[in-house]
Amino acid sequence: MSNRINVSKTYKIFIGGKFLRTESGRYYKLEVKNKFIANICLSSKKDLRNAVVASRNAFDVWSRFSAYKRSQILYRIAEMMEGRKAQFIEEIILQGINPSTAKKEINTSIDRIIYYAGWADKINQVFGSINPIASSHFNFSLFEPMGVVGIVLPETPSILGLVSMLCPVILSGNTAVLISSESIPLSAVTFAEVLLNSDVPNGCVNILTGKKIELIPHLTKHMDVNAIFLNNDDKEFQKNIELDAASNLKRVILSSGIGWTGNVSENPYIVTNFMETKTTWHPIENISDSENMY
Amino acid sequence: MSSKITPLEFNGCWDLSPALESTKHIKLKKQYELFINGKFVKPKSENYFASINPSNEEKLSMIAEASDNDVKDAVSSARGAYNKYWSKMPPKERGKYIFRIARLVQEKAKEFAVLETMDGGKPIRESRDIDVPLAAAHFFYYAGWADKLQYAFPNRNPMSIGVAGQIIPWNFPLMMAAWKIAPALATGNTVVLKPSETTSITALKLAELIQEADLPPGVVNIITGDGGTGENLVNHNDIDKIAFTGSTKVGKLIMKAIAGKNIKSTMELGGKAANIIFEDAPLDQAVEGIINGIFFNQGHVCCAGSRLFVQESVFEVVTRKLKDRIQSLILGNPLDKNTDIGAINSKEQLNTINNYLNIGKKEGAEIFQLDCNIPAKGFWCPPTLFTNVSQSHLIAKEEIFGPVLAIQTFRTIKEVISKANNTPYGLSAGVWTEKGSKIFNLTSKINAGVIWANTYNKFDPTSPFGGYKESGHGREGGLQGLLPYLNLQHVK
Repeated sequence: MSNRINVSKTYKIFIGGKFLRTESGRYYKLEVKNKFIANICLSSKKDLRNAVVASRNAFDVWSRFSAYKRSQILYRIAEMMEGRKAQFIEEIILQGINPSTAKKEINTSIDRIIYYAGWADKINQVFGSINPIASSHFNFSLFEPMGVVGIVLPETPSILGLVSMLCPVILSGNTAVLISSESIPLSAVTFAEVLLNSDVPNGCVNILTGKKIELIPHLTKHMDVNAIFLNNDDKEFQKNIELDAASNLKRVILSSGIGWTGNVSENPYIVTNFMETKTTWHPIENISDSENMY
Repeated sequence: MSSKITPLEFNGCWDLSPALESTKHIKLKKQYELFINGKFVKPKSENYFASINPSNEEKLSMIAEASDNDVKDAVSSARGAYNKYWSKMPPKERGKYIFRIARLVQEKAKEFAVLETMDGGKPIRESRDIDVPLAAAHFFYYAGWADKLQYAFPNRNPMSIGVAGQIIPWNFPLMMAAWKIAPALATGNTVVLKPSETTSITALKLAELIQEADLPPGVVNIITGDGGTGENLVNHNDIDKIAFTGSTKVGKLIMKAIAGKNIKSTMELGGKAANIIFEDAPLDQAVEGIINGIFFNQGHVCCAGSRLFVQESVFEVVTRKLKDRIQSLILGNPLDKNTDIGAINSKEQLNTINNYLNIGKKEGAEIFQLDCNIPAKGFWCPPTLFTNVSQSHLIAKEEIFGPVLAIQTFRTIKEVISKANNTPYGLSAGVWTEKGSKIFNLTSKINAGVIWANTYNKFDPTSPFGGYKESGHGREGGLQGLLPYLNLQHVK
């Protein structure tokens, strides 16, 4: 019997719960050490805009899920990843990362998802407040998701970068458009397969591959994106993003400096960065009018 | 049926005898200087501008105009005070200074209220009962936080930032100064504050009070001037934090100016709040709330309920009640304790409002205004409502910042939620219904930072205030109002 021919995967982008080719038909060759690995979609402005529309539509669904449900779905993502660990590790190695680093990265990634899964139904208990106002009203403040968040992933680590930035954003009910690592793009696409098996609503997470320099301005200038999350120490790069973001006062959150491992890199303050405080007032009937006047 | 409803006729019996607040005890200087490093200093520009009373156009005083060099002096004084005193002072002691300021504001409450009304045009009833007491309460609330910050942020060491540049508007001059200064000081930062050029006087009175409180020199600096002064402050390279309250347009310019500089910012910007009234609402209470929502402070309120959504079944009765209530509002001398509607803050703002009134009429909306005598001098706009308004009308989309209400109708909850959220703003909203579950359905689906249910335009230092989307970011007030003035350091 002759050697069996491998079946290689077509790496597509992920919009609205569907694996699509970029509408532009463009691609770039992913090569590691001069060896051809795959053709990767060079997503276009149109793809990005479609991804934002899908995100916005999914926001109404995902943000209305109970925190308990979102928590379980995040946990489910971790379960699915655990089951496909070998594939993720193999893929990372294929993209030029050494085996022990790859294994460690996947383990940390899965544990990080579980860490954040547990926060979904605790954020408002820890950070919300009942406010002791002086007038006869009941007044409380809760944290709510912002809406659509654009996430620019780091070049490396690819999958740990992805889960570290994605989980704190979506666990509160936000939806996301991700621009993947350019040099290590395969893991993001495979992660989309995990999402599709985890009861994450279509459009909740959208993943684009391509040239960051080309895609980022379309994301940061988009008028229906509420926040941008990026990890990049380049001051000039940050400045350009903040200039574009001012067009509709997007929140720009930088995650650089917290690292990818250790207990600073996972914390609930990253979650609340992508939430708005909503304060609600309601009168308390004051029949006796026995107020403490002084 | 409805065509037979006629407006209430008051036949002049609504006229009340004047009840003027005395101004005899008010000490106004002919000229005010800049407050830098604990002293009042002449501006290096040597320029002064007039601050006038918008209700009679009389000059109240001359105010120093801070040049770029004055801004530099103020920032370096704040930096010096941060390094020398404020960052080193035990938090407990810092708190005691702020408590002292709160007490002094209470002591001088009457003086502040009268000056606020003279300089800004708002009714004395509001400056006396709302602006000044809330300013004092704000200092009192945040004073107590100074030595308790570690309880606010679990597992973090809260660290002060440094020098905060703060720019405030003319609608609540003293209150905005308190909203800015109190949390900044409590968290260990020093301040350069710039009030609006039309309302500098109470901020400068606050500077005198701060001198009396013996606050270390330079911890609070107050510099006066127009947008140019504000621009110099924003562009100064030794500022760690910008806190701005004002228009969304200027907010965007500031965000562009500080892009890439790693400067923290709080933006309290514009709004176009939906005030939603259901057929099962307590209608009389709701009408009172709508009136207060839009005509409080002549509508010069970023969270004003300027878009009214009335359920179709009660549209006629609600508009009739609103018109009757408008007819009973008293417009006139802001120093009169009976006055409901004071003067528009400036000629410029009056022009803006009048321009929108013309646009509204041209767009085909139907106008109704309080029929009253307008004082011969000063800047005035009678309370106005527009009916026959649609979502696309400019008066329903843009912030007017005046006593102008645009009324639209709705049939279903889903419809009104989508109409209410159809705006780039997201500062505040109101919901009126007796049904609790409906209230929470609405309050959880409307994208706004502050939602009043069966009430409107209520404020408290313990209650966070601030917007979603283009209404800005960060919160002022409450525990959440500390964060914009702190860096959270990981506990090792």
